[in-house]
Amino acid sequence: MILKNTHRNTFLLLSFGTMAMFLLNLSLGSVNIPLKELGTILFGGQSTHSSWDYIVLNYRLPKALTAIMVGSGLGVSGLIMQTLFRNPLAGPFVLGLSSGASLGVALLILGAGSFGGFFGTLLMSQWSLVIASALGSFLVLLAVLAVALRVKDTMAILIIGLMFGSVTSAVVAVLSYFSNAEKLQQYVFWSFGSLGNQSWQGVFILFLCVVLGLLIGLFAIKSLNALLLGENYAKSMGINIKRTTFMLIVATSLLAGSITAFAGPIAFIGLAIPHIARQWISSSDHRILLPSVVLMGAIVMLLCDTVAQVPFSEYTLPINAITSLIGAPVVIWLLIRKKKLLF
Amino acid sequence: MTSSSAHSILEVTNLVIGYQQKKDAIILSDGISFKLNAGSLIGLVGANGIGKSTLLRTLTGMQASLGGAIEIDGKSILNYESLDLAKLVSVVLTEAPSSKNLSVGEFVALGRQPHTNWLGQLSEIDLEKISNALFLTDTKKLVSRKCFELSDGQLQRVAIARALAQDTPVIVLDEPTTHLDLYHRAIILKLLKKLAKEMGKTILFSTHEIDLAIQLSDRMMVMIPNAFHFDDPCTLISNGAFTSLFPEDTILFDGQTGRFTIKD
Repeated sequence: MILKNTHRNTFLLLSFGTMAMFLLNLSLGSVNIPLKELGTILFGGQSTHSSWDYIVLNYRLPKALTAIMVGSGLGVSGLIMQTLFRNPLAGPFVLGLSSGASLGVALLILGAGSFGGFFGTLLMSQWSLVIASALGSFLVLLAVLAVALRVKDTMAILIIGLMFGSVTSAVVAVLSYFSNAEKLQQYVFWSFGSLGNQSWQGVFILFLCVVLGLLIGLFAIKSLNALLLGENYAKSMGINIKRTTFMLIVATSLLAGSITAFAGPIAFIGLAIPHIARQWISSSDHRILLPSVVLMGAIVMLLCDTVAQVPFSEYTLPINAITSLIGAPVVIWLLIRKKKLLF
Repeated sequence: MTSSSAHSILEVTNLVIGYQQKKDAIILSDGISFKLNAGSLIGLVGANGIGKSTLLRTLTGMQASLGGAIEIDGKSILNYESLDLAKLVSVVLTEAPSSKNLSVGEFVALGRQPHTNWLGQLSEIDLEKISNALFLTDTKKLVSRKCFELSDGQLQRVAIARALAQDTPVIVLDEPTTHLDLYHRAIILKLLKKLAKEMGKTILFSTHEIDLAIQLSDRMMVMIPNAFHFDDPCTLISNGAFTSLFPEDTILFDGQTGRFTIKD
């Protein structure tokens, strides 16, 4: 029967693609490290250049792992939001979650200066960045949900997202006016987005948040599938709407919030990856969609990062610019090809 | 009136329906009492805004009642976990599935949700029930089509297949014949009749096709302002229940033909 067709080949291909992109990402950059040497380093051996060991283990490996988590996490949070809000345009960036996170971080970085001294340093620890950003995105998502409960019009939700974006930039503008150049630069660099310069401790914190978010998503697969029929049908099939909505909101703000805290606001991944996955595997079943989005998100983000680090050169481009340059045309292409975005 | 010999699956006594607005309770209809037996087709008619959908939503546990009792399979609806209720009552709503990308096979398979594990994996039994539901509604050939590609009549049959896959003794349908032409309205109602007779389902549907409902229903509910009638169609005609359905200066009911005519 048609329902039994497996997607084993798809997953094999995607897993292989992720591995290949992972190795390519590690190997390319300002210094090219041959794959054979890379293998030696990854399996604990000594390569011919000791500087290569250092570059791979302390710079490129944490960066590649961050890329995987960012791509997978943002993709899944976009997938969950599109189903929850029944809106194909939903995503962490469009709905203003990234703006909320930015606001949290702006208040922290630009506002912390006014506290000064010991308290200021305490506020700047990596955990406080994560908490400020996750809190920001959680509050925005709550606001969006509150609107969604009152207004059934899905366009209204998108407009709310846009409004949060404007409010964020306004508050950031006010804060920048009063803060010193150093803090301002720190914030601007954060807002460019960056996968690099992560300590292993940072990677571990991000890993915990992303895994927790993905696990909640995994346990919500059945409810997500029921929500494809709409809230009333889901209710009639025994789904507890309130609990499900709460779980999904926690998962998405955890994913989008922690990722934005570590890597900055990254556009289009959350919106585009779920659509690419749906187009490619032609199914709405979250049992297949969710793992595909995890793998595709990882592949696309590794690819973007490989481009951003500009092989054979000293330059590193802002990752946010690369994802927009790749993501925006993809969304336009999907729209033109299918005449409309479906979810 | 109602013979109590047959097994009654749904029993309603003195039900009050309506909704809460701020602190006031807006009552749409009260004093609703009936017993539905297994294997019967029940048509619910009434003018727009009288509370047909509210009654159906209240009976399926999607909305709280304002008073009275609803017993499903001998137990009050208030004492059911939503998952257990989902194994007894399935619905066919007026709304299309909100995901347009869903295939017919996936749509119908989702009906198995109350019976599947935490991941929603389908067992052999589930697949058999799905296949049977597709067969009974004559939708097997549509299985790989996307829902947005279907005509209104096809989509309605597929929605009924989903409810059948849920495998519940009671199926409640909210206006399953809207947007359909006469032929497809007849097809849907005959299908419901067949399912009630052959599968022993209790099928309650609201409709504006009063003449078709009179011909096919075993029993009918008539909602008019300040009254609720429940009986077999012939008795309802002789009681004159249909004459007060609409204002008599505009529309007249002819008891001989079972049809409404517009008054000049």
